[in-house]
Amino acid sequence: MEKLRYERPLIRKLESDMPNKFGSRTEFLPKTHIDGIAVKDLINDYGSPLFVISEKNIRETYQSAKKAFTTRYPKIQFAWSYKTNYLSAVCNVFHQEGSWAEVVSGFEYDKALANGVSGKKIIFNGPDKTEDDLRKAITNDSLIHIDHLDELYTIIELADEMKQKPRVAIRVNMDTGVYPIWDRFGFNYENGQAWDALNKIMRSGKLELVGLHTHIGTFMLTAQAYGTAAYKLADLAIGIRNRYNHKIKYIDMGGGFASSNTLKGAYLPGTDTNPTFDDYAEAITSALINSDFEPGNLPLLILETGRALIDDAGYLLGSVISNKRLSDGRRNTIVDVGVNLLFTSFWYDHKITPAREFTHYVEDTVLYGPLCMNIDVIRENVSLPLMNKGDQFVIHSVGAYNLTQWMQFITLRPKVVMIGSDGKPYLIRESESIESITAYEKMPEHLKSFKL
Amino acid sequence: MKIKKNVAISDSGFIFNPDTGESFSANPIGMEMLEMLRDGMDYEEIRKNILDKYKSEKDTVEKDYNDFITMLKQYNLIENDGQKDD
Repeated sequence: MEKLRYERPLIRKLESDMPNKFGSRTEFLPKTHIDGIAVKDLINDYGSPLFVISEKNIRETYQSAKKAFTTRYPKIQFAWSYKTNYLSAVCNVFHQEGSWAEVVSGFEYDKALANGVSGKKIIFNGPDKTEDDLRKAITNDSLIHIDHLDELYTIIELADEMKQKPRVAIRVNMDTGVYPIWDRFGFNYENGQAWDALNKIMRSGKLELVGLHTHIGTFMLTAQAYGTAAYKLADLAIGIRNRYNHKIKYIDMGGGFASSNTLKGAYLPGTDTNPTFDDYAEAITSALINSDFEPGNLPLLILETGRALIDDAGYLLGSVISNKRLSDGRRNTIVDVGVNLLFTSFWYDHKITPAREFTHYVEDTVLYGPLCMNIDVIRENVSLPLMNKGDQFVIHSVGAYNLTQWMQFITLRPKVVMIGSDGKPYLIRESESIESITAYEKMPEHLKSFKL
Repeated sequence: MKIKKNVAISDSGFIFNPDTGESFSANPIGMEMLEMLRDGMDYEEIRKNILDKYKSEKDTVEKDYNDFITMLKQYNLIENDGQKDD
C-alpha cells in the first residue's frame, strides 16, 4: 500500500471570542507556477532565494494604467521611476512600452542614458544634482525639475556659462488634505515659495520654464488628494499664462499610487481597499479638465508612478530552513529570505503562499529571516500551512523598491530572473559572490598577514 | 505520557477540556497521535505507526512528536503524574 503524505501534527486552541491579530486570511492555496513555470523548477535551476519578475505582468499593468488615463485625457506620458526598480531589463520593458525615464541622481541619469533613453526624455528630479550632473542634463536638453533655490541659481549660472537655455520645471509641494504634508521637496504653493521661484525663472530670461511638477506622497490611499494637487498646479499654470503670457507645456503629477500590498496595521487587504488606476486618473484628469485651461490646449500630463506599475510583477521565492517554538508556545518558522532582501517587509504584511498543495490546516506563525539579527522578521503574524524544512513558498508583490534598496548584509544577494512574455526564464541579474564584495576593498600592507 | 482522562476527543478533530472549558482542534495526524496517546502507546509505538502509514522520516516524526507534546502540555491536556517525560 502506498504511504500517505505526511503533515506535522497540529493542535490549536479555538478562540472564537478573541479578536485575532493573525488576521482573517489564510493563505493555504498554493502558488505553484509563475507565468507557466513551476516554482520548484525555478528554485532548482536558479537557487533559493530567488527574485522573479513577470514581463507579462509589467506590460499588462502598464497598459491598464495607460488606458485609465488615455480614456480620460488627450495627452499622457509615463516616465519610469528608476529608483523603484532600476534593473536595466525592467527599465527597458517600460521604455519599450513608451515610458520616458525619471531619475533622481547622477547615477540613475547615467543608467537611463546607458539604457538608450534620449537625454530629452529624461526627467531629472531630486534635491542632489551636482554641478556636473546639471551640466550633463543641460547639454542633453533633459527636463530638470528644480528642488531648491540654490539649484535654481546654479542652473542660471550654468545657462550663462554654457550659452544654453535649460528646460526646467519646479517641484511644488502643497497641502492636499493628506498629512503630514510632504513639504521637504520643492517649493510650497500656499506660502508663495512656488511663485517666488517661478518669478525668478521667468525674470531671469535664461531658463525655459516648460512644466510644473509635484509628488504629494507615497502609497496614497486617497485619490482625491491628487485632484487637489492637480487643481493647484493648474492654478499656477494659469497664473503664469496670465502674468507672463507663457504657456506651460506639461503638468507632472509625480507618483505615489498605492500597489495592491497591505500596509502594516491595515484591517483589510490592500487588494480590497487601495485606490485603482481609474480612481487616480479620474481625480487628476477631472481637476485638469475642469480648470481654466482652454479645452483644446491642455498641457501634457506626465505620470511618474513606479510602485503601482511594478510591485505585482515581482515575486520572491524562498525555502523553509526550520520550524521552532517561541517561549510562549507560538510557532516560529525560519526561512532563507531576510529583511536584507525584502526591505518592504518593514512596510507591508506581504502575502505569502506555499509553492505546493497543503491541507487546509494552518498554524499562526512568526516568520523569521535567516539573519543573525533580531530585526529580521518577515511577518510578525501570519497563518501558514504546515510547511517543513525544505518546503518552498512565494512572497507576492515585491517588485517595487526591494531590488534597489536591498542590502548586501550577512548574506549575498541572489539571482533575479525575468519570465519573458514568451514564457521563457531569463537571468537578468547574477547572484553575488564573495569577490563581488571584496573587489572594492583595499588592504593596507601592514595588515596583510597575521599569526594566531 | 497520558492524555487527561476527562478530555473529550471527537472523531471530527474537536477536543474539549471540561476542567478549563477550552476547546481545541487538531489535524488528522494530530488526532491520530492523540488517540494513540489516549490508548497508552509510548513514543516508539506511535513513531512506528506513523512511519508505517505516512511518507516521512524518523527524525522528522521525533521532532514533530516532541513539539506536539510540548503544545499538549502548554494547553494542559496531559496528565500531571509527576513522572519524567519520556
